Amino acid sequence: MNVIETSDLRKVYAETVAVDGLGLAVGRGEVFGFLGPNGAGKTTTVKMLLGLVRPTSGEARVLGYAPGDARAMVKVGFLPEHFNFHSWLTAAGLLEVHGKLYGMPPERRRQRIPQLLERVGLAGDADRRIAAFSKGMSQRIGLAQALLNEPELVFLDEPTSGLDPVGRSEVRDLIRELSREGVTVFLNSHLLSEVEVTCHRVAIIKKGKLVRIGTQEELTGSAVEVDLRAGGLTAELKAGLSRWARVIEDDGQRMTLAVEDEDRLPEIARWLTEGGARLYALSPRRLSLEELFMRAIREES
Amino acid sequence: MKVFTIVWLTLLEARRRKLTWLVLALSVAFMALYAVAFYFVYKDITRFESSGGTQLFETSNTLLLMGLYVVAFLTVMLGVLTSADTLAGEIASGTIHTVVTKPLRRWEVVVGKWLGYGIMLTGFVLLMSLGLTLIVRLISGYSPPDLARGVALMVLQGWVVLTVSILGGTRLSTIANGVVALMLYGLAFIAGWIEQIGALTRNEAAVNIGIVTSLIMPSEAMWKRAAYLMQPPFLRELGISPFGAASAPSVAMVAYAVVYMVVALALAVRLFERRDL
Repeated sequence: MNVIETSDLRKVYAETVAVDGLGLAVGRGEVFGFLGPNGAGKTTTVKMLLGLVRPTSGEARVLGYAPGDARAMVKVGFLPEHFNFHSWLTAAGLLEVHGKLYGMPPERRRQRIPQLLERVGLAGDADRRIAAFSKGMSQRIGLAQALLNEPELVFLDEPTSGLDPVGRSEVRDLIRELSREGVTVFLNSHLLSEVEVTCHRVAIIKKGKLVRIGTQEELTGSAVEVDLRAGGLTAELKAGLSRWARVIEDDGQRMTLAVEDEDRLPEIARWLTEGGARLYALSPRRLSLEELFMRAIREES
Repeated sequence: MKVFTIVWLTLLEARRRKLTWLVLALSVAFMALYAVAFYFVYKDITRFESSGGTQLFETSNTLLLMGLYVVAFLTVMLGVLTSADTLAGEIASGTIHTVVTKPLRRWEVVVGKWLGYGIMLTGFVLLMSLGLTLIVRLISGYSPPDLARGVALMVLQGWVVLTVSILGGTRLSTIANGVVALMLYGLAFIAGWIEQIGALTRNEAAVNIGIVTSLIMPSEAMWKRAAYLMQPPFLRELGISPFGAASAPSVAMVAYAVVYMVVALALAVRLFERRDL
Protein backbone atom coordinates (compact mmCIF):
# COMPACT_ATOMS: atom_id res chain seq x y z
CA MET A 1 0.00 0.00 0.00
CA ASN A 2 1.20 3.49 -0.72
CA VAL A 3 1.66 5.79 2.24
CA ILE A 4 0.86 8.87 0.21
CA GLU A 5 -1.27 8.99 -2.87
CA THR A 6 -2.53 12.00 -4.75
CA SER A 7 -4.31 12.38 -8.01
CA ASP A 8 -4.82 15.55 -9.94
CA LEU A 9 -4.27 17.63 -6.81
CA ARG A 10 -4.78 21.30 -7.45
CA LYS A 11 -4.66 24.45 -5.39
CA VAL A 12 -5.54 27.86 -6.73
CA TYR A 13 -5.06 31.00 -4.63
CA ALA A 14 -7.02 33.98 -5.89
CA GLU A 15 -5.25 34.25 -9.23
CA THR A 16 -2.18 32.10 -8.93
CA VAL A 17 -2.09 28.36 -9.42
CA ALA A 18 0.09 27.03 -6.61
CA VAL A 19 -0.24 23.32 -7.37
CA ASP A 20 -1.47 22.13 -10.72
CA GLY A 21 -2.71 18.59 -11.23
CA LEU A 22 -0.20 16.80 -9.05
CA GLY A 23 -0.17 13.01 -9.00
CA LEU A 24 2.21 11.37 -6.55
CA ALA A 25 2.62 7.99 -4.93
CA VAL A 26 5.04 7.39 -2.09
CA GLY A 27 5.61 3.85 -0.92
CA ARG A 28 6.14 2.62 2.63
CA GLY A 29 9.68 3.06 3.89
CA GLU A 30 10.71 5.36 1.10
CA VAL A 31 12.73 8.52 1.55
CA PHE A 32 11.07 10.77 -0.98
CA GLY A 33 12.72 13.98 -2.07
CA PHE A 34 10.40 16.73 -3.21
CA LEU A 35 12.32 19.36 -5.12
CA GLY A 36 11.57 22.57 -6.85
CA PRO A 37 12.63 26.21 -6.97
CA ASN A 38 11.18 28.67 -4.47
CA GLY A 39 7.49 29.20 -5.03
CA ALA A 40 7.10 25.98 -6.99
CA GLY A 41 4.35 24.74 -4.65
CA LYS A 42 6.33 22.39 -2.40
CA THR A 43 5.08 23.76 0.90
CA THR A 44 1.52 24.09 -0.40
CA THR A 45 1.64 20.42 -1.38
CA VAL A 46 2.86 19.37 2.06
CA LYS A 47 0.17 21.52 3.66
CA MET A 48 -2.48 19.84 1.53
CA LEU A 49 -1.17 16.42 2.52
CA LEU A 50 -1.42 17.42 6.18
CA GLY A 51 -4.89 18.89 5.95
CA LEU A 52 -3.69 22.43 6.67
CA VAL A 53 -4.78 23.65 3.26
CA ARG A 54 -7.83 22.46 1.34
CA PRO A 55 -7.20 21.42 -2.24
CA THR A 56 -9.23 23.33 -4.82
CA SER A 57 -9.77 19.98 -6.52
CA GLY A 58 -8.29 16.52 -6.73
CA GLU A 59 -7.74 13.78 -4.20
CA ALA A 60 -5.15 12.88 -1.61
CA ARG A 61 -4.80 9.94 0.77
CA VAL A 62 -2.29 9.79 3.59
CA LEU A 63 -1.87 6.45 5.34
CA GLY A 64 -5.18 5.49 3.78
CA TYR A 65 -7.17 8.42 5.14
CA ALA A 66 -8.17 11.87 3.96
CA PRO A 67 -5.49 14.47 4.81
CA GLY A 68 -5.63 15.65 8.41
CA ASP A 69 -7.75 12.73 9.61
CA ALA A 70 -6.91 12.15 13.28
CA ARG A 71 -6.59 8.38 12.67
CA ALA A 72 -3.70 9.05 10.30
CA MET A 73 -2.18 11.96 12.20
CA VAL A 74 -1.42 9.72 15.20
CA LYS A 75 1.26 8.17 13.01
CA VAL A 76 2.49 11.32 11.29
CA GLY A 77 5.29 13.68 12.29
CA PHE A 78 5.72 17.15 10.82
CA LEU A 79 8.48 19.73 10.91
CA PRO A 80 7.23 22.92 9.23
CA GLU A 81 9.52 25.14 7.21
CA HIS A 82 9.49 27.89 9.80
CA PHE A 83 9.02 26.07 13.04
CA ASN A 84 7.36 28.36 15.53
CA PHE A 85 6.25 27.27 18.93
CA HIS A 86 4.97 28.45 22.22
CA SER A 87 8.20 30.21 23.14
CA TRP A 88 7.28 30.46 26.81
CA LEU A 89 7.87 26.73 27.13
CA THR A 90 11.11 24.94 27.92
CA ALA A 91 12.47 22.36 25.50
CA ALA A 92 11.19 19.48 27.62
CA GLY A 93 7.93 21.33 28.25
CA LEU A 94 7.32 21.76 24.54
CA LEU A 95 7.73 18.04 23.95
CA GLU A 96 5.43 17.40 26.91
CA VAL A 97 2.73 19.59 25.32
CA HIS A 98 3.08 17.96 21.92
CA GLY A 99 3.17 14.50 23.51
CA LYS A 100 -0.17 15.27 25.13
CA LEU A 101 -1.52 16.52 21.82
CA TYR A 102 -0.51 13.19 20.32
CA GLY A 103 -2.35 11.48 23.15
CA MET A 104 0.77 9.73 24.42
CA PRO A 105 0.33 8.27 27.91
CA PRO A 106 2.50 9.80 30.70
CA GLU A 107 4.90 6.81 31.01
CA ARG A 108 5.62 6.91 27.33
CA ARG A 109 6.26 10.65 27.42
CA ARG A 110 8.60 10.29 30.39
CA GLN A 111 10.59 7.67 28.54
CA ARG A 112 10.52 9.23 25.09
CA ILE A 113 11.26 12.90 25.81
CA PRO A 114 14.75 12.59 27.34
CA GLN A 115 15.61 10.04 24.68
CA LEU A 116 14.66 12.45 21.88
CA LEU A 117 16.39 15.45 23.45
CA GLU A 118 19.50 13.28 23.52
CA ARG A 119 19.03 12.27 19.91
CA VAL A 120 18.84 15.85 18.63
CA GLY A 121 21.66 17.01 20.88
CA LEU A 122 19.64 19.13 23.32
CA ALA A 123 19.92 16.92 26.40
CA GLY A 124 21.69 19.70 28.29
CA ASP A 125 19.07 22.29 27.35
CA ALA A 126 15.96 20.45 28.46
CA ASP A 127 14.99 23.07 31.03
CA ARG A 128 15.92 26.14 29.01
CA ARG A 129 13.23 28.33 27.54
CA ILE A 130 12.80 28.06 23.81
CA ALA A 131 12.62 31.84 23.52
CA ALA A 132 16.38 31.86 24.19
CA PHE A 133 17.17 29.23 21.55
CA SER A 134 19.25 29.92 18.45
CA LYS A 135 17.84 29.15 15.02
CA GLY A 136 19.70 25.86 14.91
CA MET A 137 18.47 24.82 18.34
CA SER A 138 14.87 25.63 17.41
CA GLN A 139 15.26 23.49 14.35
CA ARG A 140 16.50 20.64 16.52
CA ILE A 141 13.66 20.89 18.98
CA GLY A 142 11.32 21.02 15.98
CA LEU A 143 12.81 17.78 14.72
CA ALA A 144 12.39 16.16 18.12
CA GLN A 145 8.77 17.28 18.07
CA ALA A 146 8.29 15.65 14.65
CA LEU A 147 9.65 12.31 15.89
CA LEU A 148 7.93 12.29 19.27
CA ASN A 149 5.24 9.74 18.47
CA GLU A 150 7.55 7.32 16.64
CA PRO A 151 5.76 8.19 13.41
CA GLU A 152 5.37 5.94 10.39
CA LEU A 153 5.50 8.95 8.12
CA VAL A 154 7.49 12.14 8.64
CA PHE A 155 7.18 15.36 6.67
CA LEU A 156 10.31 17.47 6.83
CA ASP A 157 10.04 20.88 5.20
CA GLU A 158 13.55 22.25 4.75
CA PRO A 159 14.86 20.48 7.85
CA THR A 160 18.41 21.80 7.57
CA SER A 161 17.60 25.47 7.14
CA GLY A 162 19.42 27.39 9.83
CA LEU A 163 21.76 24.54 10.64
CA ASP A 164 25.53 24.69 10.36
CA PRO A 165 27.40 22.01 8.38
CA VAL A 166 27.68 19.77 11.44
CA GLY A 167 23.96 20.05 12.08
CA ARG A 168 23.23 19.32 8.45
CA SER A 169 25.23 16.17 8.43
CA GLU A 170 23.49 15.12 11.65
CA VAL A 171 20.14 15.60 9.98
CA ARG A 172 21.29 13.50 7.04
CA ASP A 173 22.32 10.75 9.44
CA LEU A 174 19.00 11.03 11.18
CA ILE A 175 17.10 10.64 7.90
CA ARG A 176 19.16 7.56 7.07
CA GLU A 177 18.44 6.12 10.51
CA LEU A 178 14.73 6.72 10.07
CA SER A 179 14.91 5.03 6.72
CA ARG A 180 16.58 1.99 8.29
CA GLU A 181 13.82 1.88 10.87
CA GLY A 182 11.31 1.67 8.04
CA VAL A 183 9.92 5.19 8.47
CA THR A 184 8.68 6.91 5.35
CA VAL A 185 10.20 10.36 4.94
CA PHE A 186 8.79 13.08 2.74
CA LEU A 187 11.61 15.58 2.39
CA ASN A 188 11.08 19.05 0.99
CA SER A 189 14.35 20.64 0.19
CA HIS A 190 16.27 22.72 -2.22
CA LEU A 191 19.59 21.54 -0.92
CA LEU A 192 20.21 19.07 -3.70
CA SER A 193 23.33 17.49 -2.26
CA GLU A 194 21.30 16.56 0.79
CA VAL A 195 18.57 14.96 -1.27
CA GLU A 196 21.12 13.20 -3.42
CA VAL A 197 22.61 11.29 -0.52
CA THR A 198 19.42 10.50 1.38
CA CYS A 199 16.54 10.02 -1.03
CA HIS A 200 15.44 6.85 -2.76
CA ARG A 201 13.14 8.67 -5.10
CA VAL A 202 12.86 12.22 -6.24
CA ALA A 203 10.15 14.40 -7.71
CA ILE A 204 10.81 17.78 -9.23
CA ILE A 205 8.02 20.30 -9.49
CA LYS A 206 7.95 23.62 -11.18
CA LYS A 207 5.14 26.14 -11.08
CA GLY A 208 2.98 23.56 -9.37
CA LYS A 209 3.51 20.93 -12.04
CA LEU A 210 5.38 17.67 -11.75
CA VAL A 211 8.21 17.71 -14.28
CA ARG A 212 10.22 14.65 -13.22
CA ILE A 213 9.69 11.73 -10.88
CA GLY A 214 11.65 8.55 -10.30
CA THR A 215 14.72 7.10 -8.66
CA GLN A 216 17.88 9.07 -9.22
CA GLU A 217 19.13 6.36 -11.59
CA GLU A 218 15.91 6.49 -13.55
CA LEU A 219 16.04 10.23 -13.80
CA THR A 220 19.63 10.51 -14.83
CA GLY A 221 18.98 7.45 -16.96
CA SER A 222 21.74 5.85 -18.95
CA ALA A 223 22.49 9.24 -20.42
CA VAL A 224 25.95 10.43 -19.63
CA GLU A 225 28.04 13.42 -20.30
CA VAL A 226 31.43 12.78 -21.81
CA ASP A 227 34.52 14.92 -21.51
CA LEU A 228 36.55 14.62 -24.67
CA ARG A 229 40.12 15.80 -25.13
CA ALA A 230 41.85 15.24 -28.44
CA GLY A 231 44.28 16.84 -30.87
CA GLY A 232 43.75 17.19 -34.60
CA LEU A 233 40.00 17.46 -34.50
CA THR A 234 38.78 18.61 -37.85
CA ALA A 235 35.46 20.22 -38.54
CA GLU A 236 34.46 17.11 -40.45
CA LEU A 237 35.32 14.86 -37.51
CA LYS A 238 33.34 17.07 -35.14
CA ALA A 239 30.34 17.10 -37.45
CA GLY A 240 30.44 13.32 -37.67
CA LEU A 241 30.04 13.04 -33.88
CA SER A 242 26.41 13.95 -34.25
CA ARG A 243 25.68 10.35 -35.16
CA TRP A 244 26.23 9.28 -31.53
CA ALA A 245 26.26 12.41 -29.46
CA ARG A 246 25.11 15.96 -29.01
CA VAL A 247 27.77 18.59 -28.54
CA ILE A 248 27.22 20.60 -25.39
CA GLU A 249 30.45 22.54 -25.37
CA ASP A 250 33.28 22.93 -27.85
CA ASP A 251 36.57 24.58 -26.88
CA GLY A 252 38.50 23.33 -29.86
CA GLN A 253 40.65 20.70 -28.14
CA ARG A 254 38.15 19.98 -25.41
CA MET A 255 34.54 19.09 -25.90
CA THR A 256 31.66 18.06 -23.73
CA LEU A 257 29.23 15.64 -25.32
CA ALA A 258 25.89 14.30 -24.24
CA VAL A 259 25.53 10.63 -25.07
CA GLU A 260 22.41 8.52 -24.78
CA ASP A 261 24.24 5.39 -23.75
CA GLU A 262 27.75 4.50 -22.61
CA ASP A 263 27.85 1.79 -25.29
CA ARG A 264 28.39 4.48 -27.87
CA LEU A 265 31.80 5.39 -26.51
CA PRO A 266 33.89 2.75 -28.32
CA GLU A 267 32.33 3.80 -31.62
CA ILE A 268 33.11 7.43 -30.94
CA ALA A 269 36.70 6.50 -30.08
CA ARG A 270 37.05 4.50 -33.28
CA TRP A 271 35.60 7.30 -35.40
CA LEU A 272 38.04 9.81 -33.98
CA THR A 273 41.19 7.69 -34.11
CA GLU A 274 40.46 6.35 -37.59
CA GLY A 275 39.85 9.92 -38.71
CA GLY A 276 43.37 10.81 -37.55
CA ALA A 277 42.65 12.55 -34.26
CA ARG A 278 44.94 12.01 -31.27
CA LEU A 279 42.63 10.95 -28.46
CA TYR A 280 43.82 11.81 -24.95
CA ALA A 281 40.67 11.45 -22.92
CA LEU A 282 37.13 10.21 -23.38
CA SER A 283 35.68 10.08 -19.89
CA PRO A 284 32.00 9.59 -19.13
CA ARG A 285 30.37 10.95 -16.01
CA ARG A 286 26.84 10.59 -14.64
CA LEU A 287 24.66 13.63 -14.28
CA SER A 288 24.54 14.92 -10.76
CA LEU A 289 21.16 15.64 -9.27
CA GLU A 290 21.99 19.29 -9.49
CA GLU A 291 22.60 19.12 -13.24
CA LEU A 292 19.43 17.15 -13.64
CA PHE A 293 17.50 19.66 -11.61
CA MET A 294 18.86 22.65 -13.49
CA ARG A 295 18.05 20.97 -16.76
CA ALA A 296 14.54 20.08 -15.74
CA ILE A 297 13.87 23.60 -14.59
CA ARG A 298 15.36 25.22 -17.70
CA GLU A 299 13.76 22.86 -20.18
CA GLU A 300 10.27 23.70 -19.16
CA SER A 301 10.71 27.43 -19.34
CA MET B 1 -10.83 14.28 24.40
CA LYS B 2 -8.07 16.56 23.12
CA VAL B 3 -10.24 19.60 23.78
CA PHE B 4 -9.19 19.37 27.44
CA THR B 5 -5.53 19.29 26.43
CA ILE B 6 -6.11 22.61 24.69
CA VAL B 7 -7.89 23.95 27.80
CA TRP B 8 -4.92 22.84 29.88
CA LEU B 9 -2.49 24.42 27.41
CA THR B 10 -4.42 27.70 27.48
CA LEU B 11 -4.37 27.84 31.26
CA LEU B 12 -0.71 26.86 31.29
CA GLU B 13 0.10 29.67 28.87
CA ALA B 14 -1.68 32.23 31.04
CA ARG B 15 0.30 31.03 34.04
CA ARG B 16 3.66 30.87 32.28
CA ARG B 17 3.21 34.29 30.78
CA LYS B 18 2.49 35.56 34.29
CA LEU B 19 -0.93 36.76 33.18
CA THR B 20 -2.62 34.91 36.03
CA TRP B 21 -0.42 36.40 38.71
CA LEU B 22 -0.54 39.92 37.33
CA VAL B 23 -4.32 39.95 37.14
CA LEU B 24 -4.60 38.41 40.58
CA ALA B 25 -2.20 40.93 42.12
CA LEU B 26 -3.92 43.89 40.46
CA SER B 27 -7.34 42.57 41.50
CA VAL B 28 -6.25 42.39 45.11
CA ALA B 29 -4.82 45.91 44.86
CA PHE B 30 -8.09 47.12 43.33
CA MET B 31 -10.12 45.56 46.14
CA ALA B 32 -7.86 47.00 48.81
CA LEU B 33 -8.24 50.47 47.31
CA TYR B 34 -11.97 50.04 47.01
CA ALA B 35 -12.23 48.89 50.63
CA VAL B 36 -10.36 51.95 51.90
CA ALA B 37 -12.39 54.35 49.77
CA PHE B 38 -15.68 52.75 50.70
CA TYR B 39 -14.78 52.80 54.38
CA PHE B 40 -14.12 56.55 54.42
CA VAL B 41 -17.11 57.50 52.29
CA TYR B 42 -19.36 55.38 54.43
CA LYS B 43 -17.95 56.88 57.64
CA ASP B 44 -18.58 60.39 56.31
CA ILE B 45 -22.19 59.66 55.50
CA THR B 46 -22.99 57.93 58.76
CA ARG B 47 -21.82 61.07 60.56
CA PHE B 48 -24.77 62.96 59.09
CA GLU B 49 -27.28 60.16 59.02
CA SER B 50 -28.16 58.96 62.48
CA SER B 51 -30.05 55.79 61.71
CA GLY B 52 -29.75 53.32 58.86
CA GLY B 53 -32.22 55.01 56.57
CA THR B 54 -32.86 54.94 52.88
CA GLN B 55 -29.94 57.26 52.29
CA LEU B 56 -27.47 54.73 53.68
CA PHE B 57 -28.93 51.92 51.68
CA GLU B 58 -28.85 53.97 48.57
CA THR B 59 -25.28 55.08 49.04
CA SER B 60 -24.02 51.59 49.76
CA ASN B 61 -25.88 50.25 46.80
CA THR B 62 -24.65 52.94 44.44
CA LEU B 63 -21.07 52.54 45.59
CA LEU B 64 -21.26 48.78 45.22
CA LEU B 65 -22.73 49.05 41.74
CA MET B 66 -20.04 51.55 40.82
CA GLY B 67 -17.42 49.02 41.85
CA LEU B 68 -19.19 46.25 40.01
CA TYR B 69 -19.48 48.42 36.92
CA VAL B 70 -15.71 48.75 36.88
CA VAL B 71 -15.48 44.97 37.27
CA ALA B 72 -17.85 44.50 34.33
CA PHE B 73 -15.74 46.87 32.25
CA LEU B 74 -12.49 45.12 33.23
CA THR B 75 -14.09 41.78 32.39
CA VAL B 76 -14.78 42.98 28.87
CA MET B 77 -11.25 44.34 28.50
CA LEU B 78 -9.69 41.15 29.83
CA GLY B 79 -11.94 39.02 27.66
CA VAL B 80 -10.80 40.83 24.53
CA LEU B 81 -7.17 41.52 25.40
CA THR B 82 -6.36 37.99 26.50
CA SER B 83 -8.10 36.16 23.69
CA ALA B 84 -7.79 38.45 20.65
CA ASP B 85 -4.36 37.04 19.85
CA THR B 86 -4.89 33.42 20.74
CA LEU B 87 -5.98 32.19 17.30
CA ALA B 88 -4.93 35.17 15.17
CA GLY B 89 -1.42 35.21 16.65
CA GLU B 90 -0.84 31.49 16.37
CA ILE B 91 -2.06 31.51 12.78
CA ALA B 92 0.20 34.45 11.91
CA SER B 93 3.28 32.92 13.54
CA GLY B 94 2.63 29.41 12.28
CA THR B 95 2.56 27.98 15.80
CA ILE B 96 -0.84 26.59 14.91
CA HIS B 97 0.71 24.33 12.22
CA THR B 98 2.18 21.80 14.60
CA VAL B 99 -0.92 21.92 16.80
CA VAL B 100 -3.63 21.21 14.24
CA THR B 101 -1.53 18.52 12.55
CA LYS B 102 -1.74 16.49 15.73
CA PRO B 103 -4.47 13.86 16.01
CA LEU B 104 -7.18 16.29 17.03
CA ARG B 105 -10.01 18.07 15.31
CA ARG B 106 -9.98 21.76 14.60
CA TRP B 107 -13.11 22.39 16.63
CA GLU B 108 -11.26 21.09 19.65
CA VAL B 109 -8.69 23.86 19.25
CA VAL B 110 -11.36 26.58 19.07
CA VAL B 111 -13.56 25.21 21.86
CA GLY B 112 -10.53 24.38 24.03
CA LYS B 113 -9.23 27.94 23.85
CA TRP B 114 -12.70 29.35 24.41
CA LEU B 115 -13.20 27.22 27.50
CA GLY B 116 -9.72 28.02 28.81
CA TYR B 117 -10.18 31.78 28.60
CA GLY B 118 -13.80 31.47 29.74
CA ILE B 119 -12.71 29.68 32.90
CA MET B 120 -10.18 32.39 33.68
CA LEU B 121 -12.70 35.13 33.01
CA THR B 122 -15.26 33.44 35.23
CA GLY B 123 -12.69 33.19 37.99
CA PHE B 124 -11.96 36.90 37.62
CA VAL B 125 -15.63 37.95 37.78
CA LEU B 126 -16.34 35.72 40.78
CA LEU B 127 -13.29 36.90 42.68
CA MET B 128 -13.90 40.58 42.05
CA SER B 129 -17.68 40.76 42.37
CA LEU B 130 -17.88 38.58 45.44
CA GLY B 131 -14.86 40.38 46.89
CA LEU B 132 -16.48 43.80 46.50
CA THR B 133 -19.80 42.57 47.82
CA LEU B 134 -18.05 41.15 50.85
CA ILE B 135 -16.18 44.41 51.47
CA VAL B 136 -19.41 46.41 51.35
CA ARG B 137 -21.15 43.94 53.59
CA LEU B 138 -18.39 43.92 56.19
CA ILE B 139 -18.25 47.71 56.37
CA SER B 140 -21.89 48.69 56.01
CA GLY B 141 -23.83 45.50 56.54
CA TYR B 142 -25.54 46.00 53.18
CA SER B 143 -26.12 43.06 50.85
CA PRO B 144 -27.61 43.49 47.40
CA PRO B 145 -30.63 41.41 46.43
CA ASP B 146 -30.30 38.71 43.83
CA LEU B 147 -26.51 38.62 43.97
CA ALA B 148 -26.27 35.14 42.41
CA ARG B 149 -28.22 36.03 39.28
CA GLY B 150 -26.49 39.39 38.99
CA VAL B 151 -23.02 37.84 39.10
CA ALA B 152 -24.09 35.11 36.71
CA LEU B 153 -25.13 37.79 34.21
CA MET B 154 -21.78 39.54 34.59
CA VAL B 155 -20.08 36.22 33.85
CA LEU B 156 -22.29 35.81 30.79
CA GLN B 157 -21.30 39.28 29.61
CA GLY B 158 -17.66 38.24 29.74
CA TRP B 159 -18.32 35.04 27.79
CA VAL B 160 -20.25 36.92 25.09
CA VAL B 161 -17.35 39.30 24.50
CA LEU B 162 -14.84 36.45 24.65
CA THR B 163 -16.77 34.48 22.05
CA VAL B 164 -16.87 37.47 19.69
CA SER B 165 -13.12 37.87 20.09
CA ILE B 166 -12.50 34.16 19.41
CA LEU B 167 -14.75 34.38 16.36
CA GLY B 168 -12.86 37.39 15.01
CA GLY B 169 -9.55 35.65 15.62
CA THR B 170 -10.37 32.93 13.12
CA ARG B 171 -10.20 35.39 10.24
CA LEU B 172 -8.80 38.74 11.40
CA SER B 173 -5.35 39.79 12.50
CA THR B 174 -4.84 40.33 16.22
CA ILE B 175 -5.08 44.12 16.01
CA ALA B 176 -8.11 44.16 13.71
CA ASN B 177 -9.81 41.60 15.90
CA GLY B 178 -9.18 43.52 19.11
CA VAL B 179 -10.38 46.75 17.52
CA VAL B 180 -13.57 45.15 16.18
CA ALA B 181 -14.40 43.48 19.49
CA LEU B 182 -13.85 46.68 21.48
CA MET B 183 -15.78 48.80 18.97
CA LEU B 184 -18.71 46.41 19.26
CA TYR B 185 -18.48 46.74 23.01
CA GLY B 186 -18.47 50.55 22.62
CA LEU B 187 -21.53 50.31 20.44
CA ALA B 188 -23.34 48.18 23.02
CA PHE B 189 -22.28 50.60 25.73
CA ILE B 190 -23.74 53.62 23.91
CA ALA B 191 -26.84 51.63 23.06
CA GLY B 192 -27.39 50.93 26.75
CA TRP B 193 -27.38 54.61 27.56
CA ILE B 194 -29.57 55.61 24.63
CA GLU B 195 -32.10 53.05 25.74
CA GLN B 196 -31.95 54.22 29.33
CA ILE B 197 -32.33 57.90 28.48
CA GLY B 198 -35.07 57.03 26.03
CA ALA B 199 -36.93 55.22 28.79
CA LEU B 200 -36.60 58.15 31.18
CA THR B 201 -37.79 60.69 28.63
CA ARG B 202 -40.39 58.27 27.29
CA ASN B 203 -38.86 58.45 23.82
CA GLU B 204 -39.83 55.20 22.16
CA ALA B 205 -37.55 55.65 19.15
CA ALA B 206 -34.49 55.93 21.41
CA VAL B 207 -35.53 52.82 23.29
CA ASN B 208 -35.90 50.90 20.06
CA ILE B 209 -32.51 52.04 18.75
CA GLY B 210 -31.02 50.86 22.02
CA ILE B 211 -32.68 47.48 21.80
CA VAL B 212 -31.71 46.88 18.18
CA THR B 213 -28.10 47.81 18.91
CA SER B 214 -28.09 45.46 21.88
CA LEU B 215 -29.06 42.70 19.49
CA ILE B 216 -25.86 43.33 17.52
CA MET B 217 -23.81 43.02 20.69
CA PRO B 218 -25.75 41.89 23.76
CA SER B 219 -22.90 42.27 26.27
CA GLU B 220 -23.82 45.58 27.91
CA ALA B 221 -27.45 44.50 28.19
CA MET B 222 -26.31 41.70 30.49
CA TRP B 223 -24.68 44.21 32.81
CA LYS B 224 -27.80 46.40 32.71
CA ARG B 225 -29.94 43.52 33.80
CA ALA B 226 -27.43 42.48 36.44
CA ALA B 227 -27.49 46.02 37.85
CA TYR B 228 -31.27 46.02 37.77
CA LEU B 229 -31.46 42.77 39.71
CA MET B 230 -28.91 43.83 42.30
CA GLN B 231 -30.83 46.92 43.43
CA PRO B 232 -33.51 47.02 46.06
CA PRO B 233 -36.90 47.47 44.34
CA PHE B 234 -37.57 50.90 45.85
CA LEU B 235 -34.29 52.25 44.44
CA ARG B 236 -35.11 50.89 41.01
CA GLU B 237 -38.33 52.86 41.02
CA LEU B 238 -36.50 56.13 41.65
CA GLY B 239 -34.71 55.55 38.40
CA ILE B 240 -32.14 58.23 39.07
CA SER B 241 -28.97 56.35 39.86
CA PRO B 242 -26.67 55.90 36.86
CA PHE B 243 -27.12 52.18 37.31
CA GLY B 244 -30.81 52.27 37.82
CA ALA B 245 -32.02 50.50 34.81
CA ALA B 246 -35.12 52.48 33.98
CA SER B 247 -35.62 50.11 31.13
CA ALA B 248 -34.06 46.83 32.17
CA PRO B 249 -33.33 44.25 29.51
CA SER B 250 -35.79 41.40 29.74
CA VAL B 251 -35.25 37.70 30.35
CA ALA B 252 -35.72 37.27 26.61
CA MET B 253 -32.61 39.39 26.10
CA VAL B 254 -30.66 37.02 28.36
CA ALA B 255 -31.87 34.04 26.36
CA TYR B 256 -30.90 35.92 23.21
CA ALA B 257 -27.39 36.53 24.57
CA VAL B 258 -26.95 32.81 25.25
CA VAL B 259 -28.12 31.89 21.75
CA TYR B 260 -25.91 34.66 20.32
CA MET B 261 -22.90 33.18 22.09
CA VAL B 262 -23.60 29.62 20.93
CA VAL B 263 -24.10 30.74 17.34
CA ALA B 264 -20.93 32.86 17.42
CA LEU B 265 -18.95 29.88 18.74
CA ALA B 266 -20.40 27.56 16.11
CA LEU B 267 -19.52 30.10 13.44
CA ALA B 268 -15.99 30.42 14.84
CA VAL B 269 -15.56 26.64 14.62
CA ARG B 270 -16.87 26.58 11.09
CA LEU B 271 -14.69 29.45 9.89
CA PHE B 272 -11.60 27.95 11.50
CA GLU B 273 -12.32 24.52 10.04
CA ARG B 274 -12.69 25.93 6.56
CA ARG B 275 -9.71 28.20 6.41
CA ASP B 276 -6.29 27.43 4.98
CA LEU B 277 -3.54 27.64 7.54
